[in-house]
Amino acid sequence: MSPDTFLSALYIFGLAAFLGYLVISRVPPLLHTPLMSATNAISGISLVGSIVTAGGHYGALSTALGFVAVTCATINVVGGFWITERMLKFFRRRKGSE
Amino acid sequence: MSHYFAEFSYLLASVLFVFGLKGLSHPDTARRGMWLAEFGMLMAIIGTLLHRDIVSYEWIIAGLLVGGAIGGAIAHYVPMTALPQQTALSHAFGALAAALVGISEYHRRSANLGQFQAVALGIEVLFGSLTTTGSIVAAAKLQGLLPGAPMTFKGQNIFNLALFAATLGAFVVVLAVPSAAIAFYLMAALSFVVGVMLVLPIGTADMPVVMSLLNSYAGLAATATGFAISNNVLIIAGTLNGFSGFILSVIMCRAMNRSIFNVLFGAFGRPADTAQTAQAGEMREINAEDAAMQLAYARQVVFVPGYGMATAQAQHVVRELGDTLEKRGVTVKYAIHPVAGRMPGHMNVLLAEADVPYSQLYELEQINADFPNTDVAVVIGANDVVNPDARDNPQSPIAGMPILEVDRARLAIVLKRGKGKGFAGIENPLFFKEHTGMLYGDAKETLARLVQAVNQA
Repeated sequence: MSPDTFLSALYIFGLAAFLGYLVISRVPPLLHTPLMSATNAISGISLVGSIVTAGGHYGALSTALGFVAVTCATINVVGGFWITERMLKFFRRRKGSE
Repeated sequence: MSHYFAEFSYLLASVLFVFGLKGLSHPDTARRGMWLAEFGMLMAIIGTLLHRDIVSYEWIIAGLLVGGAIGGAIAHYVPMTALPQQTALSHAFGALAAALVGISEYHRRSANLGQFQAVALGIEVLFGSLTTTGSIVAAAKLQGLLPGAPMTFKGQNIFNLALFAATLGAFVVVLAVPSAAIAFYLMAALSFVVGVMLVLPIGTADMPVVMSLLNSYAGLAATATGFAISNNVLIIAGTLNGFSGFILSVIMCRAMNRSIFNVLFGAFGRPADTAQTAQAGEMREINAEDAAMQLAYARQVVFVPGYGMATAQAQHVVRELGDTLEKRGVTVKYAIHPVAGRMPGHMNVLLAEADVPYSQLYELEQINADFPNTDVAVVIGANDVVNPDARDNPQSPIAGMPILEVDRARLAIVLKRGKGKGFAGIENPLFFKEHTGMLYGDAKETLARLVQAVNQA
């Protein structure tokens, strides 16, 4: 990685941090648990890195590590989004309303 | 061509993730937001599958299927009371994936690794590994497999300092000489141990902070992965998660009036809690029938749930009692302290699951002014968050922690398992006040008796 790519990655990091601060500080305490599971599911995006590791031609060890990583990251993504959905279904404005 | 498609799918995913989190600013928009985020994730995965570096698909598909089945099964069957453990495990899986990708990347490229990549891979493996084991220990504590109290042993301070120093030392060596494989693998191994040692000395009452921090670390590990493999969507998604966890831990610490440092290392060198004066007076025990009378003829009742409600699985019967009272014309509210339970927002989810509408759930700032107009406040398995000493006694170990001012209600009814001091071992003057009545026993049974008695009143 050249210093230039590193710098542009740093730019993205800085902007994402700022954006994250703005968006997340608006989430009410009511939804802090779903927030935690949702952000956790989203950061399961490291699945993308795992897929490249598991499917590339980088040798047996990489494939093995990649397979375990894909499995773990998928548990993270699927489990995280699923349970968030389960939780969010509970929140109703009035009794009996959907 | 496929390269541009992948990059485009990542851009789309990044935008959708931000929109998804924006949806969480209100319960009405939250689900739609999550659908957007899920769609973004799907697009990113498809984009990656079309990546030109990928030559074989069998292991990818196997991993996706196995992981999907396990993740789906866990998320579908886990009871809501076990949410904190489930979330901790989920952190562990995500962090492990990041750590493994980091190790594999290092293994593949260690010979020609640049300085910047060495930094990124080092941070990725460091955070990934310690989050993995730290989250597993946290889950074990929450599940009761490990004792919930802080675990300390002789020489722990020195052991931990040496451990941290060795881990950092190995990291510095990797920075200086990126091809030093032994230092890299040593750092990875030590980081796994660091995770265990970090969480062992933290009691379950402080879990909301620890959960938030681990959440943040899992995100930072993903960010570092993004730096290491030059992938922007990983940087963005990881940073969103990292910041969310960080903001939550700050909120949790503020709600306990403690610093993060104090939460993480507070078990070390804590002076024995001898300074507390024994409480004068008696705790007044009342019976369910008297309590039911007070509830039935009140104008406003506020329920204050704590972790005890979760352990007793009492959320459904709390709502039943609330409904019964509402039918008699009583105004019913629920007061939620930010650190009630074992993770941020824990009580809100449990009560929502029990079909309490969210318009009845009140935050600390909203409800405190309302306690003087409250006839009966019912405390269910909460202790420190209603301890008036935090407000009145500067010598108290929890002095300055914002509390729910239950003592300002006309009558406080406290549901408690036994007469003991509770988890933190701190005396609670609320229990000794004249206008406080104690109801001992299992919260679920007690509440069921109250429902019956209110119906007969």
